Amino acid sequence: MKKIISLTVNGVTSDLAVEPRRTLLELLRDDLGLTGTKKGCGIGDCGACTVLLDGVATFSCLTLAIQADGCSVETVEGLAKDGKLNRLQQAFVNQGAIQCGFCTPGMLMMATELLRRNPQPSELDIRREISGNLCRCTGYQKIVEAIQVASEETP
Amino acid sequence: MSKYRILNTRAPRVDAVDKATGKALYTDDLKRPTMLTGAILHSPVAHARILNIDTSRAERLPGVKAVVTNREAGTTPYGVSPARYDETIFCHDKVRYVGDEIAAVAAVDLDTALEAVSLIKVDFEELPTILDGRAAMDEGQPQLHEIYKNNICAEVHWHFGDIEEGRQDSFLVRTDRLTSKMQDAAFMEPQSVLAETDSHGNLTAWSSTQAPHYVQRTLAMALGLPLHKVRVIKPAVGGGFGPKASCSTAELATCLLALKTGQPVKLTFDREQVFLHSRARHQFFHTMTTGVKRDGRLTFLEHRCILDGGAYASFGIAAIYYTGSLLGGPYRLKNMKYDGYRVVTNKPACGAQRGHGAVIARALFEVQLDRIAEELGMDPIELRLKNVMEAGETTCNELFVSSFGMREALQAVRDSTAWKKKRSLGGKTRSDGKGIGAACGFFVSGAGYPIYRSRTYHCTVITKVDEVGGGVTVSSGAADIGQGSDTVLAMITAEELGLSLDDVRVVSGDSSLSVDLGAYSSRTTLMTGHACREAALDAKRQILESIAGTLGVPPETLDLRDGQLVSLAGEIDFSELRKEYLQEHKGFTDLPDGPQLTFREASRIAFLERGAIVGTGKYRPPPLGGSFKGAAVGTSPAFGCSAQIAEVSVDLETGQITVEHITGAHDCGFAINVTQVEGQMQGSMMMGMGEALMEQIIYDKKGRIVNANLAEYKIPTALDMPHLDAIIVESNEPHGPYGAKEVGEGAIMPVIPSILNAIYDATGVRIDELPVTPERLVEAMQAKRDKRS
Repeated sequence: MKKIISLTVNGVTSDLAVEPRRTLLELLRDDLGLTGTKKGCGIGDCGACTVLLDGVATFSCLTLAIQADGCSVETVEGLAKDGKLNRLQQAFVNQGAIQCGFCTPGMLMMATELLRRNPQPSELDIRREISGNLCRCTGYQKIVEAIQVASEETP
Repeated sequence: MSKYRILNTRAPRVDAVDKATGKALYTDDLKRPTMLTGAILHSPVAHARILNIDTSRAERLPGVKAVVTNREAGTTPYGVSPARYDETIFCHDKVRYVGDEIAAVAAVDLDTALEAVSLIKVDFEELPTILDGRAAMDEGQPQLHEIYKNNICAEVHWHFGDIEEGRQDSFLVRTDRLTSKMQDAAFMEPQSVLAETDSHGNLTAWSSTQAPHYVQRTLAMALGLPLHKVRVIKPAVGGGFGPKASCSTAELATCLLALKTGQPVKLTFDREQVFLHSRARHQFFHTMTTGVKRDGRLTFLEHRCILDGGAYASFGIAAIYYTGSLLGGPYRLKNMKYDGYRVVTNKPACGAQRGHGAVIARALFEVQLDRIAEELGMDPIELRLKNVMEAGETTCNELFVSSFGMREALQAVRDSTAWKKKRSLGGKTRSDGKGIGAACGFFVSGAGYPIYRSRTYHCTVITKVDEVGGGVTVSSGAADIGQGSDTVLAMITAEELGLSLDDVRVVSGDSSLSVDLGAYSSRTTLMTGHACREAALDAKRQILESIAGTLGVPPETLDLRDGQLVSLAGEIDFSELRKEYLQEHKGFTDLPDGPQLTFREASRIAFLERGAIVGTGKYRPPPLGGSFKGAAVGTSPAFGCSAQIAEVSVDLETGQITVEHITGAHDCGFAINVTQVEGQMQGSMMMGMGEALMEQIIYDKKGRIVNANLAEYKIPTALDMPHLDAIIVESNEPHGPYGAKEVGEGAIMPVIPSILNAIYDATGVRIDELPVTPERLVEAMQAKRDKRS
């Protein structure tokens, strides 16, 4: 039996009919076509599915869509404005923080949350914050650097 | 100042913006109309005869469109090496590991497909299992395959030079052992396949693969289709590191389901299936005896290794050869003996993984060098410097190194602050739990031969100039799996045609575009780079010849630079050509002006004169290698080398190891993209550190993986990883495009031994079993204390 929920995704509010057992990740990817959010494990181990739920970094694979009723969801698709990358995205591009890119959306959302809460994080703050987001390509070095660069540019 | 405009810079990756905005599409992001979902039935037991498979209940389930087993799939054997085709699409006689594929289902959605899978009833007659690679060859053990007597899938016996002579020349001889565990590649994107047929009998498969070419061949062969009817497209791929280099049951089963239903079918592994399918790092059991003279020069290496490869051959034949051959460098070693046994056991099959076959061998050899240096009272880096090969030398197993920055790489890490500090302590173990270790590595820059016997070009590239003028499209079958090969191709093309990166479009990873053997053996920059350069130069030649003909000047007096066609022989009047271009573009804004003819005009005029301008390039290595059996594996047009130091801190009470800093120096010949070279080095450090300290597939007594997830199979997180310093050494490889060679795999070689040597420096104990967990280290430290007291 589907349930009607109201969800604001990247600033746009819609009413959606969802099965109670559907995850937020499935809703975003399969129903809304927002495939930027990735499924790396489905059980909350890898962080690739990280989105912001009312501003809080959340594993969308472990969140039921109906739990998000009335909430605001931010995904990687919502970061660029008017076709222009935000400074965090730009730093990821410029610093070489992206290789295969599969962890990138989750990494960006986790870092977005960090920089909002702590605009001038230390290297350890950054490493701690993204320690639940696995990356197998970069050794994290350039990801950490990108977040540092973006934080230095924080107005 | 660099002679290049685009090459040797930190140009951002061409796919980075799409990946940073979520626009990049990976296979599981794709949808097709009427698409079905596939699921696979895996064996729950490690070794059993299949008595009966009853799919009737699954077939009756509403929403199920097809159920396929060996009845539909047939039993055409396939695999990686043609000499060892030991797999079939689905098991037919036996299952050989927990996870072996028995059947597949296509249904309207995943829930239905999974329910159908659960309704397939298989009657097994369970058989005894063999799970220990060391015991697999023993008499009386359960046999996995009739074709592999005593479970030996392959064996290699090499003897170069004369080790007995080497032994006699030795001042010091020591024997050491090292055992590793099966590793998982743990790429972030689980395998995914989408297959579709059309009304002309064409099959298209989108797959998260490293090697569209080999997948195309295997699909055609195992499914009995003409090769030209099979097209494999690689969308964005979320990492591969080796296991995605071979065709998998996921690809074969999904294509079979699409053929059977006539509808598109998508099948995506969950994380547990990634572990079950594996095809990742073998388990190695190494024993090495190495001799040196009094001055530290190497005299011989006697090497024996058992590779536990799980249930099927996969890439194991290449692996067993690499295990032996890549110890031929980077040191002068005249006498080398190698006895390798690649055995099968009732565990998921192992294949290729970054540093293919050679990583643990390298680890033990580099540990031995440190132990020898200690016994000789030498600095371990000085010992290595005494032995390193130079460019122009050939190894005892006939590998020719045409460029070799090994000495420079070693000196770079030796001259670092950290190593100087260690030397000031005179090689004594410190009491504060801090340690530092060094090691080197050696790796191919592209396999010298294809996996199947053929004279095929290893890659072709087609560069087509826009008929409308202005840009070019580079078409290549090369597989960008995250390592950045598309960016390398774009940079080479932009450099040669004098264009900006934005005016070069790279389309790649599609078997219909060109031949390219794929992203494995660290081959793409060297091989596809060559073909790409040739294609760009061919297109350039055609443009310049055309314009030169029109202007009545020799083509060699013209060049393409910074988006313009320039005359090298004084000013030329381009006004007639400009006039023609402007006449064609009445009503357009942003029209070219200025004294020089733009590339946009030149390429358009060239099209008007000649029709489509298409440049082509190709690459095939020259014949390489010696005449002994297995000489082909390990050959390469060039070899990369690297040195590294790791600094660790060990809690002497708990055995907890913290890697505090890694500094690596890698000779990549020439860094086409500086950022990407560093990225490969840093990623290698992470994968090696995981293998050294935490990663291990753990099996229970029935052969089931007990940690088939990314929480219990631990890979390093951002908190585990230290600061990583990457030093690039450029030795200008004569066989590489612009002097470039590999970095993707070679950079992992020194990681494990540098950490192992650092742990010894910190604690005074050696652990001969990976990973070095706190438990193993505490036990060893305790044993040492007990011995002392």
